[in-house]
Amino acid sequence: MSTGTVTPYRSGLSAGRGGFAPLLYAEWTKFRTVRGWVVGMIVAALLTAGIALLDHSECGGTVTPGGPVVMGEGCAAPVGPGGEAVTDSFYFVHQPLAGNGSITVRVTSLAGPAGLSPWAKAGIIVKAGTRPGSAYAAMMVTAGHGVRMQYDYTGDTPGLAGAVSPASPRWLRLTRSGDTVTGYDSADGLSWARVGTVRLAGLPPTAQAGLFAAAPAGIAAQAGSQSITGSSQAGTDTLASASFDHVGLRGQRPGGGWAGTAVGGPAPGTGFRQAGGTMTVTGSGDIAPDVPSAPSGGGGGGFPVEHTLAGTFGGLIAVIVVATMFMTAEYRRGLIRVTFTASPGRDRVLAAKAVVIGSAAFAAGLAGAAAAIPLAEWRLRANGSYILPAGLLTEVRVVAGTAALLAVAAVLALALGTVLRHSAGTVTALIVLLVLPYFFATQLAVLPAGVADWLLRLTPAAAFAVQQTLQQYPQVSAHYTAANGYFPLAPWAGFAVLCGYAAVTLALAAIALRRRDA
Amino acid sequence: MSRALHAEWTKFRTVPGPAWLLVAAIALTGALGVVADAAARCRSGNCQLDPARISLTGVYLSQAAVTILAVLAISGEYGSGMIRVTFTAVPRRTTVLAAKAVVLAGLVLAAGAIAVLGALLAGRLILPGHGFTAAHGYPALSLGDGPVLRAAAGTALYLALIALLSLGVATAVRDAAAAAGIVLGLLYVFPVIAAVVGVPGWHRHLDQIAPMTAGLAIQDTTSLPGAPIGPWAGLGVLAAWAAAALLAGGLLFRLRDA
Repeated sequence: MSTGTVTPYRSGLSAGRGGFAPLLYAEWTKFRTVRGWVVGMIVAALLTAGIALLDHSECGGTVTPGGPVVMGEGCAAPVGPGGEAVTDSFYFVHQPLAGNGSITVRVTSLAGPAGLSPWAKAGIIVKAGTRPGSAYAAMMVTAGHGVRMQYDYTGDTPGLAGAVSPASPRWLRLTRSGDTVTGYDSADGLSWARVGTVRLAGLPPTAQAGLFAAAPAGIAAQAGSQSITGSSQAGTDTLASASFDHVGLRGQRPGGGWAGTAVGGPAPGTGFRQAGGTMTVTGSGDIAPDVPSAPSGGGGGGFPVEHTLAGTFGGLIAVIVVATMFMTAEYRRGLIRVTFTASPGRDRVLAAKAVVIGSAAFAAGLAGAAAAIPLAEWRLRANGSYILPAGLLTEVRVVAGTAALLAVAAVLALALGTVLRHSAGTVTALIVLLVLPYFFATQLAVLPAGVADWLLRLTPAAAFAVQQTLQQYPQVSAHYTAANGYFPLAPWAGFAVLCGYAAVTLALAAIALRRRDA
Repeated sequence: MSRALHAEWTKFRTVPGPAWLLVAAIALTGALGVVADAAARCRSGNCQLDPARISLTGVYLSQAAVTILAVLAISGEYGSGMIRVTFTAVPRRTTVLAAKAVVLAGLVLAAGAIAVLGALLAGRLILPGHGFTAAHGYPALSLGDGPVLRAAAGTALYLALIALLSLGVATAVRDAAAAAGIVLGLLYVFPVIAAVVGVPGWHRHLDQIAPMTAGLAIQDTTSLPGAPIGPWAGLGVLAAWAAAALLAGGLLFRLRDA
């Protein structure tokens, strides 16, 4: 036997660091070939979409968690010029105004026989017609918010502050020129201040101009708990009476005299009276965006888009289980040692796993949420109800946001599973962090609204804000609480809270992976 | 059976996990109860809040710790391969499951009793300062009061039944992550989904069969006319869930290889 030097075996394969792509491919293969995980993701998509099929909500019904269901009166929420559902019921004393012109009045009082809510209003209005939902611009005095110029339901500009009284009357003026309307106010009728100029698309050549009064129901004082949603408190409509004099209408008036119309259907006690130069108008209802939880809102029925996505909670749990196993199973089976032998860069393994499981969860969420909305729409239509219009961009945000929520939750589960290396603990911790705060804040009567809001600011459950399509309007009084579907954070801000948790946990996971033995 | 019980007791006793989880269950019940007590306000006579329910709010959280404990009692054995040793020592599988159920239920019942007493004591001390006074129709929480005693004993039983439900599910699915996900999904997601169903009758029926909503009806001490289910009937619903899960788990336990 010769004892010459032995050339050691060298692999013909290159020894350089593999790219990220083979690592991704390896992790994708692991995911794809475990039947339970693929089934789990499909279950996540099915749960997200399928629970919408259980939706048997009827027209105008308002569901109180754990409480009674108040049935609505009809299913015809008028739609405003901006495409949103609106409340449009008030008493309108009007006559046609052809072409350009102006209307001026002095308001000397605004009162209600049974008290007024702060947003009870009366004043002058130029409106496309008497059809609920038509375009308008109005100058008004309010019971608690001074003079306002409001237009097309969502617009609201403040004018003179202070309440109106015979000793301190308010002069209001609206001038129409083409399709722009300008509002002015004055305390003495001599010096006028411009409050705002708005362009009303779709204002016909002959509009209706005149006086109006409306009074939304007041919201009940905050009780100790929020077990009851605002809408179920069945606010009785209140009446507001306003006295006007010095009524001046300039322009072509093809109609002749004043006519009274209860826009949005007749209401008891409303009407107008003319005596000498004074006109008294009594109205109820509101001219405002439709806020389902407002006492005067939601009468038109319909449900916000997020109502159709309750299945996200089921999908979320399935995603958390699969994403946790995607990491903990490697430890349990000892596969992690093979994985680290094949690619020693542990951060890169973690990153590849996060990309694969995040993408899978995103796909499941996207499919589920995109299917849930039409399915629920079909169910609701079958029961005579419908989904409140939200706009295409908002719906895209809700669907993509739901998918992103599942994706980031999956990454969080993967990271926490890496840190804890314990599957039951990881799954439980995540469900407790993501689902339980939402349950506490929205379903449980025990917590006051303030505590509920903080839960939805600080915990990862804040991310469900990404599904919110309901909007808060300062000019509508309502219980804007979590129980009624109003999250304390803006949609993407809430989602960012979840991302923050995921980023921190991912960093901890990377540190733990480097420090610990596999 | 007594040997099997002793073996299971030794398993629980000699690993640190179960003890920590039981301590966590007690601490979470107390801590969240104190938070709920501190947050609750009753300004007038008719504030429609149930002081016993407020004090025992922590159960919503501590049941998660109980779920982990119960899931690990069986999934942990499958994960580590210990189950094969267990079956070698005690070949009758029903006996193994029964012994696990008895030891688990006993431990959780004991921890639950401590947790409930602590939470009620905190409520007794804190709630009168927040308007829950005799003037508003709320006498101080006392175990001498029949409904409060029912709520206290029932809540400890509730936790034990949650443990049995989790044990049954975990025996059936074996994997710890899946078992924890299924149990917590049943508990927490059921009521969220019930809220969107939208027909009064269905909503009520879902509240009557949801394991958490029905089971925690045992905490009602002020008789609410709108309550979907009575206290003992509600706990019975949870017991039925636990029995069904144990039955399914037991059958699969006998039929499958370890």
